[in-house]
Amino acid sequence: MNNMTSPKSVLNTSQLSVYYGSFLALKNVDMAIQANEVTALIGPSGCGKSTLLRCFNRMNDLIPDAVVEGKVLFNGKDLYGSEINPTEIRSRIGMVFQKPNPFPKSIFDNVAFGLKVNGYTGKMDEAVEWALRQAALWDEVSDRLKKSALTLSGGQQQRLCIARAIAVQPEVILMDEPASALDPIATLAIEELIRELKQLYTIVIVTHNMQQAARVADKTAFLMVDDARGGYLVEYDATSKIFTNPSDSRTEAYITGRFS
Amino acid sequence: MSLQSNKIFNSHLRSRAIRGMVFYGICLVCVCIGIAALGTLLVQVVSDGWSWLTWHFLSDYPSRHPEEAGMMSAIFGTLWVMAMTGIFAVPVGIGSAMFLEEYAPKNKLMQIVEINLANLAGVPSIVYGLLGLAVFVYWMNIGRTALAGSLTLALLVLPVIILASREAVRAVPNAHREAAYALGADKWQVIRMVVFPGAFPGILTGSILALSRAIGEAAPVIAISALVYITFIPTSPMDRFTVMPIQIYNWVSRPQEEFQNLAAAGIIVLLVVLLSMNALAIFLRNKYQTKSDE
Ligand SMILES: Nc1ncnc2c1ncn2[C@@H]1O[C@H](COP(=O)(O)OP(=O)(O)O)[C@@H](O)[C@H]1O
Ligand SMILES: [Mg+2]
Repeated sequence: MNNMTSPKSVLNTSQLSVYYGSFLALKNVDMAIQANEVTALIGPSGCGKSTLLRCFNRMNDLIPDAVVEGKVLFNGKDLYGSEINPTEIRSRIGMVFQKPNPFPKSIFDNVAFGLKVNGYTGKMDEAVEWALRQAALWDEVSDRLKKSALTLSGGQQQRLCIARAIAVQPEVILMDEPASALDPIATLAIEELIRELKQLYTIVIVTHNMQQAARVADKTAFLMVDDARGGYLVEYDATSKIFTNPSDSRTEAYITGRFS
Repeated sequence: MSLQSNKIFNSHLRSRAIRGMVFYGICLVCVCIGIAALGTLLVQVVSDGWSWLTWHFLSDYPSRHPEEAGMMSAIFGTLWVMAMTGIFAVPVGIGSAMFLEEYAPKNKLMQIVEINLANLAGVPSIVYGLLGLAVFVYWMNIGRTALAGSLTLALLVLPVIILASREAVRAVPNAHREAAYALGADKWQVIRMVVFPGAFPGILTGSILALSRAIGEAAPVIAISALVYITFIPTSPMDRFTVMPIQIYNWVSRPQEEFQNLAAAGIIVLLVVLLSMNALAIFLRNKYQTKSDE
């Protein structure tokens, strides 16, 4: 297993394990996520991809019986340290969910939501426009900002959710299968967007679609699960290496199995 | 091999269709019974009371002489009591529901609270009346006032409002809470900006329906204020009062034909108030649903 620790790594886990009650969902994960790169998490369902992702912005705190062991460093600081406020962390590490989940409010209010909760003091209109432009949605919605977000198509809703996350100006954006509920064209639009956004943000994306990982990710982590133990990291390397010349036979089996 | 020749399936198409028809017939009869009962009641009440439903009936005080009697004090008493009941019960109900759904730990104690809450919603209303009499009228020494009546009715509708509000809070998708948390909202912001607005239409509808139940209650109010001959409109919560169902109950229990007609007229007024409240609830629900539905 490659452990790429370099000064640029934004998120670093060591011996990270997660339990739900007594159930071990994720075991001893060591990985480092580099700034301004797209890191993909792939693997069969139930292997703990979402669990790992939710460790990065402490969303697991919201699950009453979830226990996180081991370390996660965010810019070198212990993310689970006692002086860390998880609410603040979540405004610096944004998240986009599998199913588009805009609030039943207007398009404008959706984007402005994070600005309001974080006490943004600048011009609201400008910040909303900026975020919508970043998410490549401005041209489609600029004339109906006051309309309900629920009038948008699924793909537009997901880009709105990305705009909503961007508006808060996070350093990292976590995406949990952001395109799995979308049609192929909307999916391509999201992938295009992800490639754009990595100039400004560090992105971690969970996907069950391996072509997608190959298209957007710089690094790819392959996780697995078997009955004897919880989910674990098998191999983590440059995407091109994972997909052309994996070092672990299990990675190769998984990738070829899905491609054939 | 073909199905016909082997008869593996015996689809009984004809008898299935007949059974379907029979069930349809039973359902139709059931709904007719309900409508007929309601229709008869309405026809009778309207034919008895319609001609007595005059301006003077609405604007006069009760009287021993049926042709002079009106229900103004009861109408205003009901308005006073309902307004105060709402003011007491709705905020407490919303607060309790929010606590139970969003804050309370899932432990044994909370389970006991929940079970008892459901039970409270089923307690006969006279029990609340006696409780109010003991606690508000005597122990807290509020007297047989509109305030005591309102507090009693507030207790009566509180479990219903809590249950309806919890239902509404639970119906707010978890995905919306998660989205807000993921943007850096804290618990209070999530509740204020996501949960409460999402649950508001349901809370509103539940509260109006609960209050419209309280309007029709006579038993607990009789326990608090047995008075019917009230020849003034309450001007403060500490005044004595009567409400529409008590007035109607009193008229019904008199032997004279004219009082029966007065009672019918009173029932029409009560029904109009009830139906408008329910219509308001439905209107508000539809209005918010079309605004926020996908
Ligand atoms: N809130 C939870 N409570 C209990 N078990 C959970 C919870 N969330 C996930 N799990 C379990 O943890 C394992 C990993 O889940 P998850 O991280 O969602 O996998 P993936 O995203 O790779 O499909 C699964 O076996 C799942 O059933
Ligand atoms: Mg998942």
